[in-house]
Amino acid sequence: MSIEWYIVLSSLLFAVGATGILIRRSPVVILLCLELMLNAGNLALIAFSRMVGNQEGQVFALIVMVVAACEVVVGLGLIVAIFRRKLPLDVDELRELRG
Amino acid sequence: MEEVLFFAGALGALGGAVGVVAMRNPFYSVLALIVHLFSLAVLFLLLSSAFLAAAQVVVYAGAVMVLYVFVVAYVGGDHESAWEPIPGQQLLAPLLGIALFVELAIAVLASSFLALGTEGPEVSPGFGDPAAIGYLLLEKFLIPFEAASILLLLAAVGAVVLAGHQRKSSPGEGPGVPSEQRFAREESNPSGDSSQPPHRRVASEEGPPGPSPASGSA
Amino acid sequence: MSVSFWAWLVLLFPLLGSIAIGLGFRVLPARAAGAIGTAAIALSFACGIAALVSLLGDEPEARHHASSLWNYASAAGLDIKLGIFVDPLSIFMVLVVTGVSTLIHLYSFGYMESDRGYRRFFSYLNFFVFSMLLLVLAGNFVLLTVGWAFVGFASYALISFWYRRATATRAGMKAFVINVVGDIGLVLAAFLIFRELGSFDYEAVFAKAPEVFAVNQWTIVAICLLLLLGAFAKSAQLPLHTWLPDAMEGPTPVSALIHAATMVTAGVYLIARTHVLFDLAPTAADIAAFTGLATLLVAGTIALVVTDLKRAIAYSTMSQIGYMVVGVSIGAFSAGMFHLMTHAFFKALLFMAAGSIIAAMANRQDIDAMSGFGKAMRFTSAMFLVGALALAAFPGTSGFFSKDEILAYAEARGGMYLIFTVLGYVGALLTAVYTFRLVFRILPGTPCNPAQELIETGQVVHAEPENPATGEAEDTEVGFPGPEHHIAERSWPMKVAMGVLGVLALVGGLVQVPGVDHVIASFLDPVFEDSPLLEVHPTVGAEWTGLGIGGAISILGIALAYFLYVAQPATPAILIQRLRPLHTLFARKWYFDELIDLLVVRPALAIGRFANRTFERVVVDGLVSGTAETVRGAGGIVRLVQSGFVRSYALLLIAGFAGLALYFLLASS
Repeated sequence: MSIEWYIVLSSLLFAVGATGILIRRSPVVILLCLELMLNAGNLALIAFSRMVGNQEGQVFALIVMVVAACEVVVGLGLIVAIFRRKLPLDVDELRELRG
Repeated sequence: MEEVLFFAGALGALGGAVGVVAMRNPFYSVLALIVHLFSLAVLFLLLSSAFLAAAQVVVYAGAVMVLYVFVVAYVGGDHESAWEPIPGQQLLAPLLGIALFVELAIAVLASSFLALGTEGPEVSPGFGDPAAIGYLLLEKFLIPFEAASILLLLAAVGAVVLAGHQRKSSPGEGPGVPSEQRFAREESNPSGDSSQPPHRRVASEEGPPGPSPASGSA
Repeated sequence: MSVSFWAWLVLLFPLLGSIAIGLGFRVLPARAAGAIGTAAIALSFACGIAALVSLLGDEPEARHHASSLWNYASAAGLDIKLGIFVDPLSIFMVLVVTGVSTLIHLYSFGYMESDRGYRRFFSYLNFFVFSMLLLVLAGNFVLLTVGWAFVGFASYALISFWYRRATATRAGMKAFVINVVGDIGLVLAAFLIFRELGSFDYEAVFAKAPEVFAVNQWTIVAICLLLLLGAFAKSAQLPLHTWLPDAMEGPTPVSALIHAATMVTAGVYLIARTHVLFDLAPTAADIAAFTGLATLLVAGTIALVVTDLKRAIAYSTMSQIGYMVVGVSIGAFSAGMFHLMTHAFFKALLFMAAGSIIAAMANRQDIDAMSGFGKAMRFTSAMFLVGALALAAFPGTSGFFSKDEILAYAEARGGMYLIFTVLGYVGALLTAVYTFRLVFRILPGTPCNPAQELIETGQVVHAEPENPATGEAEDTEVGFPGPEHHIAERSWPMKVAMGVLGVLALVGGLVQVPGVDHVIASFLDPVFEDSPLLEVHPTVGAEWTGLGIGGAISILGIALAYFLYVAQPATPAILIQRLRPLHTLFARKWYFDELIDLLVVRPALAIGRFANRTFERVVVDGLVSGTAETVRGAGGIVRLVQSGFVRSYALLLIAGFAGLALYFLLASS
């Protein structure tokens, strides 16, 4: 399969992730869709790395994974904290910066 | 053979992605993402990135997703209400998604990168090995590597802070109380918190994490 | 000390008096304010005398001095100075104005004694005298306009002196608005003069005018007609006369000073001063003369039927000024000014006496309610009679000599101008009749109630004050024509003032007896020596003939009045019955008020309403509010972006990105 298949698949996955962010209201699911987008980016990186012929893209993708992990940790920590404060877990409800 | 694997991986990835977006129960979304991640690992293998495929499975699907599972188990999945407060969002979002995909696809397919049409150059068997990645990490990309470690440290510390006990939390309030009322009640009872014995607060914080207190929709 | 020095002092004292009283009105005791005011004018009069003496020291041909204090504006061809021009004409006016003003200030000293606005009155009155002096002493058209406008303002301030009275403020506004119409004429005339002749100074203008203009060229006629507009507004000639009867709302001294002796003569002065221009535009001069004649007759007929005492005297003022306007328009310059002087004497006297009577009547001015004052107020009645005799031009009085001299001039000019003579005598007959109508109504007969009270107790007690015209209660907080206003019998300043005027009214004419002496003429004629009309001079014999006819007519009129109002008192009622339409015409003042209301007031109000409803509300408000509403609407729309919803922000983000990508795709294709 030529590289463009992978790239097109990556953009498709990215679009699905973006749509998910726009549609869903639960923070957990939004974070999941964010993961989708990150992974789509990873796929593109690795495909390009294969196209160019060196592994620099793969290293980049590894770092992206690290970043994604960190971000998930913090995001989920936030969700837990919100849940603990008995606030509704809904991004539309959590729209006032108070207190 | 390669095509078959590709389409299998692609279908899995796509199915998982659609599942994440479409499933009502967050837990099912998490599971769909796991499927997606595994499919991606297959695709990585097809692209001669063995190490990345392994890392994807071990780190991403193994650790990150487990974290998700724990949190979803704690928080619970509630069904989002059907009513959409933002006008036009439900209509525009898919449209924009489609538009985004189409534009990106056109950009890729109509681009003048001739190399995109190929499968890439011939690579040595050691392409994508941990050794090669390791060399790059410690030689060319040392600084990003160190920065990533610092980032991990920060994230760990942040997680501990976020998960720590809250000192002041208003006891005994139901979920979904509008912030004005909460604020007013706190104002009318400013000195009340400090005089309360700590054990009462602890008891209220660690209330049962069942679905009812966690339901947040007003 | 030069003439100009005295002339500047003449201007200075009233101004100082006005400012001093105006600034110190809270601390000055009332009497002090009155004393300062009167003293200021008296000093001014003394300086006027000094200026006269100084002027007489010059040769008759050299008796004109221009003097300026500083430049107002000198740029690009404009050269306007704060300059005065002193010559026999202006000194004459100065003496008349300051002389009569001194006496009226003295009169007000007593008359206005318990009025709350006493100090304000004297401040205004001094300011008025200052403005009038500025007007007559001005040496260029700009300063003339300044004085003109100040006089208009002073008149407004003094007419609406009792400003809580609705009728007074309305009258003040009416006077002011009509005066402004005149001001427009004056200013436009000044502009035209500047454009054609390049200067505003009298000397320059009058020297250049005969060189620049041909006789009856339309420009000079236009200039003169515009000047006439100003003169007629100020002097209450047709058709701008409607303000004068209403101006009687002001206190009596105001009526005496402004609306008899001084301000209303400003128009006559203007025509006399600009006689050079009028000589070049005989058409305009004729229009002026005919307007004066018309006013003379119309006012005379109205005065026959009016029942308000002060308004009757006001109409007679209008009529007499008609005579003066005729005089200066047909070339009888010194005769017209002579009549101005004598009229000032006897008209001021009449107003003063009328003031006493009205005060005794608790401000009722209806002559039908008055009678028998001859016995009740002897001094006042005597003064009233003297004034009436002079007004009716009874042989020997000052009015006799002055009025008939004008008519003799008209006859001497001959041709068309004989109309003036004939109709002038008709007017004189009317004058005699209406004057003595007033006399015979008020003075003889059984005393009315207030008069009876006066006879018995020596004082008058009045009930709650109310405006006699509308019946509304007066605002007693501020100052109102209340019962404390004095009658002459009890106040020596009033007696002195009226006495002096009475004497002057009787003997003032002796300065210009035809064939015997011609003090006024010899004094004033050098001013007019460049006028071709000066040649036209009635012979002494013609003058005496005229005087004879005039005297006869006067006596005839008095007799007629006696017949109508004393001998056969039922006759007027019968006449009114028979001539009802005519009577209505006169009583409704020839419908001028209605005409002006129809032609001017209503269209103006309609324009105002249109401007408000359509232009203001729709266009201006639409633009302004529309802009505000648009901004608010736009803000309301833009505000929706800041919804707080993260997902809508994300939507915008992705939409933006999609748009950008689209643009780049298109741009690169």
